[in-house]
Amino acid sequence: MKKTILTTVILIVALFSAQAQRIKGSDTMLPLSQKAAEEFMKIKPSYAVTVTGGGSGVGITALLDGTTDLAQLSRKIKFDEKNKLKAKGKTVKEVTAAYDALAIVVHPSNKVTNLTREQLEGIFTGKIKNWKEVGGANMPIVPYSRETSSGTYEFFKESVLKKKNYMSGIMSMPATGAIIQSISQTKGAIGYVGLAYLNKQVKAIHVSYDQGKTYIKPSVANAKNKTYPIVRPLYYYYDTAKESKVKPFINYILSAKGQKIVSQVGFITVK
Amino acid sequence: MKQIRQIIERMVTVMLTLSGSVTSLAILLIIIFLFKEGFGLFSSPSVEKGYALCVQTSNPIETLTPEQIKKIFDYEITTWDEVGGSKEEIMVFRFDDIFSMYPEEEFGTDYELLPEKLGEVIAQNPYIIAYIPEQYLPQKNTSVKTLPQKNIQITDFFGGKEWLPTATPSPQFGVLPLIMGTLWVSFFAILIALPLGMGVAIYMSELAGARTRKLLKPAIELLAGIPSVVYGFFGLVVLVPLIQKALNLPVGETAFAGSLILAIMALPTIITIAEDAMGGTPRAMREASLALGATRWQTIYKVIVPYASSGIMAAVVLGIGRAIGETMAVLMVTGNAAVMPNSLFQSVRTIPATIAAELGEAPAGGAHYQSLFLLGCILFVITMLISASAEIISKRQHNKEI
Repeated sequence: MKKTILTTVILIVALFSAQAQRIKGSDTMLPLSQKAAEEFMKIKPSYAVTVTGGGSGVGITALLDGTTDLAQLSRKIKFDEKNKLKAKGKTVKEVTAAYDALAIVVHPSNKVTNLTREQLEGIFTGKIKNWKEVGGANMPIVPYSRETSSGTYEFFKESVLKKKNYMSGIMSMPATGAIIQSISQTKGAIGYVGLAYLNKQVKAIHVSYDQGKTYIKPSVANAKNKTYPIVRPLYYYYDTAKESKVKPFINYILSAKGQKIVSQVGFITVK
Repeated sequence: MKQIRQIIERMVTVMLTLSGSVTSLAILLIIIFLFKEGFGLFSSPSVEKGYALCVQTSNPIETLTPEQIKKIFDYEITTWDEVGGSKEEIMVFRFDDIFSMYPEEEFGTDYELLPEKLGEVIAQNPYIIAYIPEQYLPQKNTSVKTLPQKNIQITDFFGGKEWLPTATPSPQFGVLPLIMGTLWVSFFAILIALPLGMGVAIYMSELAGARTRKLLKPAIELLAGIPSVVYGFFGLVVLVPLIQKALNLPVGETAFAGSLILAIMALPTIITIAEDAMGGTPRAMREASLALGATRWQTIYKVIVPYASSGIMAAVVLGIGRAIGETMAVLMVTGNAAVMPNSLFQSVRTIPATIAAELGEAPAGGAHYQSLFLLGCILFVITMLISASAEIISKRQHNKEI
């Protein structure tokens, strides 16, 4: 009798541990993975999915150490990260789960609606200091940035500043909410936030990546048809050896239901 | 029976000694850990670890300072003669660029051909500066020259005016704006809080009736119990726009907003300690002063305040300590721009805010991580100096009075 109980317990534990999944990485993707995991576990109660943040770099390190099954990254895997994984005998597979667009925002009273990438670069590297230089009123520009720990900070630097450094002494805010708050109460302010965070307190700028020929409004539709330029893919990475274990969740995210969650949390669907 | 009591007594003594020594040991270990991690920074290379900067052998450049490297990669320096070379334009090459020059297949399955290709690129462009990983250095190629690696200099750290810890290839660790920002905000916070706090303390200990005091004291102590995030939130949403509108400033997140919030936060500390010190004045001294015909006000500033001066000094020190170490509220209201402060109505970045905002994503053991520990050391030294000097001042004053 005792033996049967023991074996069933072991079996149940084995069953659960086989279907427990750990997801770790980017904070940007946290709401998506969290929501998707909740819904996923409703459909398949035998699965236990745990989601933790910490940043894209943390996700890759965890994948390297084998302490996570899925790494969520708001950027592409870096070359030396790939190398490190290779050195450990792991080959990773990449899945694009969603897209995230960054919107450039200013104070609602600002007359400027259009900016080119070059102008944005000038503003955030400190070369353009007054709104009248880009066709606005005569008032100083106050650029707001995120803190260095944020993946958004890196993405903006890569996409808009072409890897140049932000001006030294840029105002940096600890969270997206703080950026919106500050911009909504500062007349000369400019900053960047995820598309999902856009609201009436701030005004979104139309951006041109072709020297001012076309200015594109940041919107889900424009990000989807790839006309809006400041868009980044959001990835899941996993070890190919563990493919069978994570496949159900990946399939769920890519399914119609999963993609509905993607748009619910404010990202852009892949299909 | 007596023996048991003796044993118990001895055990208690041993335990008390033990807890005392464990605490001091823990403090000592924390300090050692802090300084060990922090000073590791000066043995880190000034270019990101595992990477190297290469130029062509024909280039006369031998070394570049971190600042020059940063300016070159930001396209602020565009010709080699600005750093002591020829008059040609600098071609900046980052490692990732190689993947847009050649198709992926050409690097071989394990990237064994990558060094060769990198060497090719460097050999073809005489005015190139390339930032590439050390493991792919084209060592066999004779037309490639690797610039020597230098460690981060102490003078660059303490004398630098630029704080860009995540800049690649050469992060800038100029800590001066952070130190000045911290002192600047704290100084003005105390300047605001001290007269206010003293006023309230004098009122509470000398002028207020028993009933008012009973009401006021818990209210002020409640002020100390409010979490600092709440102060920060209040500051960001209420104080910052208010300051901006009232003073007609381009930005509301200023050192002044930080000082105001810190002043409010330091008030309870200053008031309670100063009031306790004044309340400790012997009744005999008070009555003697009044008996000599001194007015109430004369008694306060000639007898009570001098008598309580060491206590008031302690209040100021603890207030400054609170202000300098405060993190969250300052992080939210000062705008965190790492610039040298020269006015109150300008954004500043403080040391605690920097540590809190950046430690999360700084890779453990890296130069950025170590620099944050070193900031912690600086903070520790500043607070130690302040409390030590205050102690000396209060002692000297006390001796003079008696």
